[in-house]
Amino acid sequence: MTYDAKLRVWRGDADGGELRDFTVEANDGEVVLDVIHRLQATQAGDLAVRWNCKAGKCGSCSAEINGRPRLMCLTRMSTFAEDDVITVTPMRTFPVIRDLVTDVSYNYEKAAQIPAFTPQPRDADGNHRMQQVDVERPQEFRKCIECFLCQDVCHVVRDHEDNKKVFAGPRFLMRLAELDMHPLDNLDRRKVSQENFGVGMCNITKCCSEVCPEGIHITDNAIIPLKERVVDRKYDPITWLGAKIGRRPHS
Amino acid sequence: MTTTVPAPAGTGAPGRATIAARTLRTDRWWVQPAITVGVLVAFIVYSTIRAFENANYYVEPYISPFYSPCITTACQGDTFPKLFSGPSFLTPALYILIVPLGFRLTCYYYRKAYYRSFWLSPPACAVAEPRAGYSGETRFPLVFQNVHRYFFLLGLVFNAILTYDAVLSFRDHEGRWGHMGLGTLVLLANATLLWLYSLSCHSCRHIVGGRLNNFSRHPMRYRFWTLVSKLNARHMQFAWVSLFGVALTDLYVRLLATGTITDLRFF
Amino acid sequence: MAELERHHYDVVVIGAGGAGLRAAIEAQASGARVAVVCKSLLGKAHTVMAEGGIAAAMANVYPEDNWQVHFRDTMRGGKMLNHWRMAQLHAQEAPDRVRELEDWGALFDRTPAGLISQRDFGGHRYARLAHVGDRTGLELIRTLQQRVVALGIDVFMECTVTRLMTGPDGITGAFGYWRESGRFISWQAPSVVLATGGIGKSYKVTSNSWEYTGDGHSLALQAGATLVNMEFVQFHPTGMVWPPSVRGILVTESVRGDGGVLKNSEGTRFMFDYIPEYFRKETADTIEEADRWYDDKRNNRRPPELLPRDEVARAINSEVKAGRGTEHGGVYLDIASRRSKEYILKRLPSMYHQFMELAEVDITAEPMEVGPTCHYVMGGVEVDPDTAAAKIPGLYAAGEVAGGMHGSNRLGGNSLSDLLVFGRRAGASAAAYAQAHPVTAAQLDDDAVAEAGKAALAPFEREGGENPYTIQHDLQQTMNDLVGIIRTEPEMREALDRIEELKKRVANLSVEGHRQYNPGWHLALDLPHMLKVSECIAKAALERQESRGGHTRDDFPGPTPEWGALNVICSEHDGSISLLRQPLPQMPEDLATLFEETPA
Repeated sequence: MTYDAKLRVWRGDADGGELRDFTVEANDGEVVLDVIHRLQATQAGDLAVRWNCKAGKCGSCSAEINGRPRLMCLTRMSTFAEDDVITVTPMRTFPVIRDLVTDVSYNYEKAAQIPAFTPQPRDADGNHRMQQVDVERPQEFRKCIECFLCQDVCHVVRDHEDNKKVFAGPRFLMRLAELDMHPLDNLDRRKVSQENFGVGMCNITKCCSEVCPEGIHITDNAIIPLKERVVDRKYDPITWLGAKIGRRPHS
Repeated sequence: MTTTVPAPAGTGAPGRATIAARTLRTDRWWVQPAITVGVLVAFIVYSTIRAFENANYYVEPYISPFYSPCITTACQGDTFPKLFSGPSFLTPALYILIVPLGFRLTCYYYRKAYYRSFWLSPPACAVAEPRAGYSGETRFPLVFQNVHRYFFLLGLVFNAILTYDAVLSFRDHEGRWGHMGLGTLVLLANATLLWLYSLSCHSCRHIVGGRLNNFSRHPMRYRFWTLVSKLNARHMQFAWVSLFGVALTDLYVRLLATGTITDLRFF
Repeated sequence: MAELERHHYDVVVIGAGGAGLRAAIEAQASGARVAVVCKSLLGKAHTVMAEGGIAAAMANVYPEDNWQVHFRDTMRGGKMLNHWRMAQLHAQEAPDRVRELEDWGALFDRTPAGLISQRDFGGHRYARLAHVGDRTGLELIRTLQQRVVALGIDVFMECTVTRLMTGPDGITGAFGYWRESGRFISWQAPSVVLATGGIGKSYKVTSNSWEYTGDGHSLALQAGATLVNMEFVQFHPTGMVWPPSVRGILVTESVRGDGGVLKNSEGTRFMFDYIPEYFRKETADTIEEADRWYDDKRNNRRPPELLPRDEVARAINSEVKAGRGTEHGGVYLDIASRRSKEYILKRLPSMYHQFMELAEVDITAEPMEVGPTCHYVMGGVEVDPDTAAAKIPGLYAAGEVAGGMHGSNRLGGNSLSDLLVFGRRAGASAAAYAQAHPVTAAQLDDDAVAEAGKAALAPFEREGGENPYTIQHDLQQTMNDLVGIIRTEPEMREALDRIEELKKRVANLSVEGHRQYNPGWHLALDLPHMLKVSECIAKAALERQESRGGHTRDDFPGPTPEWGALNVICSEHDGSISLLRQPLPQMPEDLATLFEETPA
């Protein structure tokens, strides 16, 4: 089954741009990225779009479809009516490079600032030993494909450019939580989470969790537990005192 | 603080794709925050009226959750020791409501709900918020959201008291055990919902085991954490249902106290 | 060139997948200044698509396992055409390469004893694949990426290398462009590590991403290095077949390792009809024995669904040709009727997700439709096993772009371990070479740089030419139809004719727009690589007159001892590809004895 889909695609660069209308053929079972590719191959050869695996595993084709941050490869055309106009724009939190491609270097800068994994030494036989129940919690966060849709939707930076300096965004708060919960890691990241990466800026309105294509419970399982860990260290005199006198090691 | 046009610092910031619309969402994204506002406002209005009404909160053997624990000498009923007498313009409810109020106000779920619906920060995902500045929960007063765990612990005490109230409602109006009316069920249900809401709390999840990095060394705490995690997944539902529960329990007691209805007595 | 951005490094690694990142880490650790250049963003490399696991004889699950068994499985899977030394190093070093990932933060699934858990896979005698659910590649890439970031290695993201620069003494550096701006960039460096992955984008039905244009293979040829055994292209037996837009996307072998079976449209488990003599002794011949194997591997033989990939792909191909295929031209892969919903969700979460999202199929309730998809090229740059050095001084290759390790067919799980083992070796050797040959000596030839820039801009000069997307489409169709799973001489000759035509069309194509992030232009620059590699594949496939592993000739069924002792080497002279038959390196006596015992 083939029909003519109506697309409205943002074209332009850092100097400006606009939404332009296109009519592109769409077939049964296709996703938005297929139709964007057909547009590129038939009508707009220089349409800039970032993509790799086309299977929801690499997190490259992030964009906003009808105003919602989505992966183009995981947005099926069948979710729209045939006469709907499908609006596709680049992510609106990052500087645009061209058309649907944005400059996501903010994310790579934040990633580089996070204190690296600092492991315990191996056991005598050269292995690390960890139990499945201990690795499962951080494993959820390592499902992250770094599509940066959570970073895109987070109003802390989306609506406030200035906050990019002081706020790492959901993806990297989750990375901090992952490392802090890692059974082998020896570093305490609670202080930096608060002071350098801005966990206190998050007001847990959960848009990050809503847009995550991997279905990671970013807010409930990573950011809120991280906030609670920060409270242990910074706002809870009893727990703080307990830790000081060694009754509650951070283990 | 109160500008209502999209601030140039947001999606209109230099370098970003030039799109004038505050959002390109085509769905009715404003429905959810509107419902939240409606329900929360209704609850606040109702509970404020009731907290100042200073009457119709006790009818043997039932006490309204808005007035329990009832700790002043002005209290009706005998559900709790009378600890002091305060000025007459303060109702017994006003001394205690800070605990459930504080617990819900600092709750991670309610924070999401009211930041979105009242503060519009953001009103919905990928819809620009109206304010130019934002500092999250880093400064006074919102930095006090971090005391949630203390309200949680106090809330547990209140849950115990409300459970005790429900137990006391197995007495009849003359204080003899062996009574049960619809009101007894209402109080029991209310206490159960409050327990579910409290135990599913994110701070609770952290305290029982979330702060550990090696569950395998603490099998009991891991089991607690697993259980609380399951409840936690439904924290939002428990938050709403228990809120309705408290209001309806109070309403039931009030209707009995004003004689509008009579309690259905099972035995 | 005025606009040229110039850099100096000891080692330039091209490609940021598992091999490239591992090479960069090792080179940096050896004291070299390292640059990583990649076409995509960091962390998006094709390695993320790997699902099953990393094969390493760690013996965490089966204490009987050791490197000799792994070596033997690898060689037999590759039909003995592997470079024995590569297979040996690979089997010996893989366990350490996996363990060190944990020092960098990787979180593998665990055994009850707390060690890294290992799973079953086709062709491996013991459960051997270290894994994280079915997203092991993501874990690998993220771990290496985070290590690279922690070490502060320079990464040039979204940057394409179009030429390797050479001088009289070998490599002098590389030339390329920023995809974002279209501006040119050069790296002066005595060592270059190719880690560019494979060639799958020359095929229509493929599990590979757009990056797999064979540019590493082509760059190596251009620089004067050689390619070995390019005819061996692995068609993974299980790719998605429906809907058309996802055709080719991989369905992990773990589905079969975890109990999934293949059935034709008549409901028959047809793999029992396709057990080759070579694997008969170790393969179950009844359904009962096959089903017992999942729980008792010591006393039962493996189900035929877990034969090496080439066997399974050919079997599926035959079933479909015989009219026993599904509606959409595949066969059924059924795990729903064999395992509980909970088990499937725990073991195969991303497969569940993938079928739900892309095909609206619930794999816990209904069978999947699958068919062969172009997945991997066993052939690649001919390298020295111990140093990963290509034939040109200063040039190294590791991972899929390197050849020899996998022989005529790669076992599942051996690619991730290959990336780590030879990535590390390539990085170490490249750093050592750079120490002996300082960067100042590796002067870039200005004329060659100017010429490379001119060549890159040529598509803009031409007006009214053909659009690159059409040419790419025609190439993919050609390779799919004529140099696919089953090959014949007339078809391959026709393919070579068509490739000649396509070369002419590429020379005349033109692109619209300007240099800033222009995918049409990028594709126009990738097409010559794809054509060159396709030509190598077709020529080598025509040359090898036997069927072996990933190379099946209808006109020469079955392997021959003569060809079993020969490699086919491709090289480029003045722009044309020539072939050479070269004897296989001789395996030493002590390793050869491993193949004498009868397989259990």
